[in-house]
Amino acid sequence: MPKLTVDGVEVEVPPGSTVLQACEAAGAEVPRFCFHDRLSVAGNCRMCLVEMEKAPKPVASCAFPAGDGMVIHTKSEVARKAQKGTMEFLLINHPLDCPICDQGGECDLQDQAMGYGYHSTRYDENKRAVTDKYMGPLVKTIMTRCIHCTRCVRFSTEIAGVTDMGMLNRGEDAEITTYLEKALDSELSANVIDLCPVGALTSKPYAFVARPWELKKTETVDVMDAVGSNIRVDARGAEVLRVLPRLHEDVNEEWISDKTRYACDGLKRQRLDRPYVRRDGKLQPASWPEAFAAVAGAMKGLKGDQMAAIAGDTVDAEAMYSLKRLMGEFGSTNLDCRQDGAKIGGPRAGYLFNTTIAGIEDADAILLIGTNPRWEGSLVNARIRKRWMQGPVSIGLIGAPVDLTYDYEHLGAGPKTLSEIADGSHAFAKVLKAAKRPMLIVGMGALAREDGAAVLAAARRIADDSGMLIAAAKDDDGNEIAAWNGFNVLHTAASRVAGLDLGFVPGADGRDVAGIVEGASSGAVKLVYLLGADEVDSDFGDAFVVYQGHHGDNGAHGADVILPGAAYTEKDGLYVNTEGRVQMGVAATFPPGEAREDWKILRALSEAVGKTLPFTTLEDVRAAMRKDHPSFAAIDTIEAAAWGEFGVAGATDDAPFAYPVDNFYMTDPISRASKTMAECTEAFVLPKREAAATGTNG
Amino acid sequence: MASVEYRAKSMLLTELVSGMALTLKYFFRPKVTINYPYEKGPISPRFRGEHALRRYPNGEERCIACKLCEAICPAQAITIEAEPRDDGSRRTTRYDIDMTKCIYCGFCQEACPVDAIVEGPNFEFATETREELFYNKDKLLANGDRWEVEISRNLTADAPYR
Repeated sequence: MPKLTVDGVEVEVPPGSTVLQACEAAGAEVPRFCFHDRLSVAGNCRMCLVEMEKAPKPVASCAFPAGDGMVIHTKSEVARKAQKGTMEFLLINHPLDCPICDQGGECDLQDQAMGYGYHSTRYDENKRAVTDKYMGPLVKTIMTRCIHCTRCVRFSTEIAGVTDMGMLNRGEDAEITTYLEKALDSELSANVIDLCPVGALTSKPYAFVARPWELKKTETVDVMDAVGSNIRVDARGAEVLRVLPRLHEDVNEEWISDKTRYACDGLKRQRLDRPYVRRDGKLQPASWPEAFAAVAGAMKGLKGDQMAAIAGDTVDAEAMYSLKRLMGEFGSTNLDCRQDGAKIGGPRAGYLFNTTIAGIEDADAILLIGTNPRWEGSLVNARIRKRWMQGPVSIGLIGAPVDLTYDYEHLGAGPKTLSEIADGSHAFAKVLKAAKRPMLIVGMGALAREDGAAVLAAARRIADDSGMLIAAAKDDDGNEIAAWNGFNVLHTAASRVAGLDLGFVPGADGRDVAGIVEGASSGAVKLVYLLGADEVDSDFGDAFVVYQGHHGDNGAHGADVILPGAAYTEKDGLYVNTEGRVQMGVAATFPPGEAREDWKILRALSEAVGKTLPFTTLEDVRAAMRKDHPSFAAIDTIEAAAWGEFGVAGATDDAPFAYPVDNFYMTDPISRASKTMAECTEAFVLPKREAAATGTNG
Repeated sequence: MASVEYRAKSMLLTELVSGMALTLKYFFRPKVTINYPYEKGPISPRFRGEHALRRYPNGEERCIACKLCEAICPAQAITIEAEPRDDGSRRTTRYDIDMTKCIYCGFCQEACPVDAIVEGPNFEFATETREELFYNKDKLLANGDRWEVEISRNLTADAPYR
């Protein structure tokens, strides 16, 4: 442990730390542009120069390893002069266009020029100009502003895993470029906007829209996938203008996917802002009492087993709980939250990402079963890539071969390979057995099929047989061995785990989604309540369909009554991510028009149908929910789920696994309504589909 | 004694006479009042009157939607919305000033990096209705076109002191 003195403060830092980290540990602020905690050290901006005693000249603290007995000065004459000089050089070619720059107000260069720069320039020559580059529909470039910190290049090669960016030429001719004027083909691409310390890379959809000081910032969680990324929603008035990542080391670190970031413009389009009732075969605007009366009329005289409810993919836990209570009042057990028909349920360990996302970094063998984590949980994929970058790891994939940004062994396409691994005859079974911390990830592509339960059982058998369950213990030297559960399910729906935790699944003799569809067409089910359920493609025959949701999407089209609900940025709600982590979403704006928060609609409806639910405030709902389901009590913690019996051992058919997400940019009503996501689909997804269809590449 | 003086003053009307003398003195002095609508007093080049949005000599509007005036406005009278124009440049789609909120402090023109928003020399913009005082971008640009000569003369006159 090197011990050094920074500005008279003595600090001890872990071996391998840099001088910059030591300065931070001592509480000294050192300016920097190129250095970033999660990227490799480049040391090319020179802004972090500090004075080190016995060194002939100032040292770049970000790249200089901390050593024992060093004496560092960050605010001495020499250090200040070096920093001011560097800043002056950086500003020589940086245009003075802060008023038209979108980074203005949240710009590292602006802030640090105030702190470490001269008040005016001594440079009279012409500044250089650089042509702007095309980087796709998300990232806008003004390359003249670039200070060549190369954070974007390092991010795209190290974390996103695409080598589309780089720096060409040197000296005054240095340019950051995408080489072939090609869009940055990564689902994490827009993170370079946050990384850019100046305004060279800015957000294209958000161009010139607002200034940071105008925005109301709300810290909440994302529902575009089941990762539950922590986000900050920036709104002005009733409009969500942008979504930014928020730091959460165990979930998304400080990245978010492009869908999370840019689907927010879908919140303005296709919205249901008033109730509708179908009259004379057409949906017509109605008032809330009229809509409730229509639902109450349809519910009148129905028995519990004639009603059914399906919960969608982005619904909050409170709404599902309220709906479950309401259906319970009628004695209905026809509930399902698994729109895709995934065969999951049972003990918690059977449907959670037990290893946890951060736990991926400890794994040494990873088996992916019917999942394309790049599209189903981009940040899970980023974690796997991070693990892959750290050192040797065996990764195997069962499913169609896809580009995952890291090397993997393609084991097979379907359940046949899975059974081979389960019975130990496949070579990868030995790899898993030999590994100290093996893990497997089952995707919805493997579970949302007829033989899903058998696939789940096979995966469970692999977990049991290859030692994926390690209890906490002490080794011979008395060191702690942490507990390990290598069985993971990667969900695609943000509400799925909460739904399963709440038991929003068919009760005894209840119907699942397929059963509800079948019952509706045969006439056994007379009323279907869709709570934000837009992915059920079938029509429900003559059944009376109530749709409660926020977008006029698939679910609303066939509905007889539409109750306008709130989207995720418009309501306080609890969400459980694929790890089983309960996270709190906070409302950033209000629902549009007459739309209301979902649990309130269900509460009001319960009164209209004469089965009043016993709560009047959100706190009441949460208290009742916590009482019935204690797992909702602890926010943002993970408790290891107990292992149990799940899955049904049986024959699997030979059909290869099909991935559930066929277009990353459009998976739910919000992203389908988003213009930016449509542009991304056009730029990234359609050309590849076309290439695959015609067999040509590019 | 005091009463004798008082009586003497009241008998001889000295106060009236001195008052009339003052009146007579001012009668022969030059007049300070002006015949307002037909005559106007001089105003400083720094006078902060009605707002105007200026253009460059080639007709391009100066405002670049940096929103600094909106940020600095202590009365929050300015509302701006912006988006990229067809040629990709940063321009406002909406520039509103609520003249009933404005306190004529002049911070907006101080904040403006391109001298787009200015408070011109015009102080005669009373209206019959309140709504007419909600200025939009068209009105402000029209003001700029109308007062450009005076505004640029004032800016030139004030430039050496900035």
